[in-house]
Amino acid sequence: MSLLKVQNLGITFGGLKAVDNLSLEIEKNELYGLIGPNGAGKTTVFNMLTGVYKPTTGEFFLNGENLTGKSSIEINRKGIARTFQNIRLFGKMTVADNVMVGLYNQMHYNLVDGLLRSPKYFADEKEFSKRADELLAVFDLYDDRDTLASNLPYGKQRKLEIARALATSPKLLLLDEPAAGMNPNETAELMKTIRFVREKFDMTILLIEHDMKLVMGICERVTVLNFGTELAAGKTSVALNNPQVIKAYLGDD
Amino acid sequence: MKSIINRKNITRLAVAVAIWAVIALLMATGIMSRSLQSLTIKICYYVMLTLSLDLIVGYLGDLSLGHAAFYAVGGYAGGAFALYTNLPFIPTFILALLIGGVVAAIVGFLISKSILKLRGDYLAIVTLAFGEFIRSFVKIIRGLGGTKGLIGIESYSSRIVGFSLSYIVVLLVIIAIYNFTHSRYGRAVTAIRDNAIAVESVGIDIKKMKVLVFTISSFIAGMAGVLFGFYKTTLNPSDFTYNLSIEVLVMVVLGGMGSIRGSVIASVVIVALPELLRGASDYRMLIYAVALIAMMMFKSNPKLVKYTERLGAAVDNLKKSLTRKAVSDKPSSGGVSK
Amino acid sequence: MQMLISTIIDGLNLGSVYALVALGYSMVYGIAKMLNFAHGDVIMVGIYAIFVCLQMSSLPVWITAIVCVAVCALLGFTVEKLAYKPLRDSTPLSVLITAIGVSYLLQNVALLIFKSDRKFLQKFIDLGSVSIGDIEIPKISFVIWGTTLVIMIGLDIFIKNTKMGRAMLAVSEDKGAAQLMGVNVNSTISLTFVIGSALAGVAAILYAAKYKNVDPYTGSVFGIKAFAAAVFGGIGSIPGALIGGFTLGLIEALTIGFLPDTLTAASDGVAYALLIIMLILKPSGLLGKKKIEKV
Repeated sequence: MSLLKVQNLGITFGGLKAVDNLSLEIEKNELYGLIGPNGAGKTTVFNMLTGVYKPTTGEFFLNGENLTGKSSIEINRKGIARTFQNIRLFGKMTVADNVMVGLYNQMHYNLVDGLLRSPKYFADEKEFSKRADELLAVFDLYDDRDTLASNLPYGKQRKLEIARALATSPKLLLLDEPAAGMNPNETAELMKTIRFVREKFDMTILLIEHDMKLVMGICERVTVLNFGTELAAGKTSVALNNPQVIKAYLGDD
Repeated sequence: MKSIINRKNITRLAVAVAIWAVIALLMATGIMSRSLQSLTIKICYYVMLTLSLDLIVGYLGDLSLGHAAFYAVGGYAGGAFALYTNLPFIPTFILALLIGGVVAAIVGFLISKSILKLRGDYLAIVTLAFGEFIRSFVKIIRGLGGTKGLIGIESYSSRIVGFSLSYIVVLLVIIAIYNFTHSRYGRAVTAIRDNAIAVESVGIDIKKMKVLVFTISSFIAGMAGVLFGFYKTTLNPSDFTYNLSIEVLVMVVLGGMGSIRGSVIASVVIVALPELLRGASDYRMLIYAVALIAMMMFKSNPKLVKYTERLGAAVDNLKKSLTRKAVSDKPSSGGVSK
Repeated sequence: MQMLISTIIDGLNLGSVYALVALGYSMVYGIAKMLNFAHGDVIMVGIYAIFVCLQMSSLPVWITAIVCVAVCALLGFTVEKLAYKPLRDSTPLSVLITAIGVSYLLQNVALLIFKSDRKFLQKFIDLGSVSIGDIEIPKISFVIWGTTLVIMIGLDIFIKNTKMGRAMLAVSEDKGAAQLMGVNVNSTISLTFVIGSALAGVAAILYAAKYKNVDPYTGSVFGIKAFAAAVFGGIGSIPGALIGGFTLGLIEALTIGFLPDTLTAASDGVAYALLIIMLILKPSGLLGKKKIEKV
């Protein structure tokens, strides 16, 4: 059974079909790309898969469980985590605390433990701040752990978002343009990190990206969207050479 | 293994006890004038009000303009209990404190639950309306004294007792708020202030968190109201106007929003200053207003903020290098060979 | 019956003034995206301006009226330039707190200059009343209703049919896009404040003519209720402000007129309760638009 199964997913905004009849299946541990020109509806797909928007048609399943129409909160708890195209960090909190917020649902102590600082509080805090540090180390952010997130350089902010998403221990990770605004060196490094994350956490990753080098370098399969509908899908090298895809990207000439 | 009992906490406790001892001594010997003695009690319940509002404004990032309402609800609930029961003082005080806190918390819970959808300006205006509504409502309840007010709450046997009891309550509140803000709940709340959508994306229920903050905040404000009642022995609807909510907001803002230490310092200074500088009382409100505006301008001027950040960093470095120097000085202090 | 009709007339008077003030809130909120907490206090300043003119006697009414509107418009312009403009890009919380600061500042300056006692403006516009059957209607009521209607319609025409008005609409839809299309956002927002404050000036004249008293807090209490009316009708909507204003005015007049004496102390509470219930049930108001945050 595939990890994520999307069936005929679609959404309409004021009569306009932003995404129409999208179907795809992602296998466990796969790296899957969602690409297409600007305004093709890629982020809208992410927003539906994370409960920010409710799909007008279709359904999607994680491990066979129907998550259509559930809230962002529930969907994250079921195992889908994401990053955002326009970075959404907790700017006035430290890097470590950003990840600690991601670990919230895995901590056990309750409010009274927290208010009275019971042994459970100390045990939990110790265990999870260790976990946060490990995650930060993966993304080479450990030395910045006490920096305010808003003071990080752009590339590191993107990484911190991935670390925070991973902290919720998801089954499926959605990355929205992880390489946006990065220089070629940073992008190359990011590719390595994404591969590493997949191996280390046995993660399944769906990503939106404009950087074709990155997509070709790490995605096994892709779906190409244009004006909200699927233009092509399949093995990356094959799908990208589809004449229609080339036309959509380069125009009619 | 970390635990509550460590050197840092013992030092903190010692400092707290020392502050209490000095003030109590000044009171007992009569060095402190009567009005200053009353001031110490007043500062206590203002600190509680400011801290509780800071939870909402500074940590959660929502604006409440009706904080006086919870203060009023708590004060009236605790005051009515004290007035209509006949127990010895200490049990009356403790029970009144709890009843005031709990009733205010229940009201805070219900209100926050029903206005969850509102944000920003709308939340501000609805809390303001709620504050004024509560005040009008109290006016027509005969059991609470109506427009004349609730009169005859048992007072502290002396100002020292009043101060000491208030001081203990404030300390407990500060510890609780400190612990809350340093727990997973506190982090989640602060994260909501910074980016609510991202908080939902990591599976945290924003609504529950907001209700939690409002409930805790109202509980503390309610207890502050009870302290106020015992101090003043009468409660009047005109004690709980919109102006009070603004005054507390000024303290929160000047304290730096989201800072326990800042809130405490700002409330002590703002409550004490007009009493100490009697002449300036006409201009007090004017100064508040200007301070509010100036603070916001300052905060939104990136150059100034950068400058203070650099200043802060410089001070930190200085501290570090001083301590380092102190450490490195040690071995060399034995042999002055130059 | 007579009582009912005169109560309704009271309500309509109050409602008209609420509607004018609500319109000012609504415009500024719609275009500058901020709750101008100080809007009510601008009215208070306007009424004091009238008071000062009356003290100087011998000024004809129309000059007093112009002075009042001019003072208000100038005040709105200045406040926007000095206090709000520097904060255009900061958080809504900072802007709101600043606006509260400005409101507080105006109140306390008035308090220092005029002291806290209520000032009376007996001499200002006294038209007497007309009788229709048993019912006496003060002539000023007609002036109030007429002015409000003319202004509402005039503003609607202005916004829909002039270049300035359309620039306002554009800024209210999308500040960034408007700027790209060549709209001068800063001067549009300034103009909004000037018009909004001038409306507050007109409201000040009507208020002074009808109620003939002022203290430093007159504006803030009145303003908060007018804002409630704006929210009730739906922020950003001209007919909404009208409906909200009249609803609130009528409810307030009826509760004061018909509640038993023991409950009149709580008459303000009714307006507030109405606002709370309204916001809980329909946060965007009667005629307001719902906004969705983009992710």
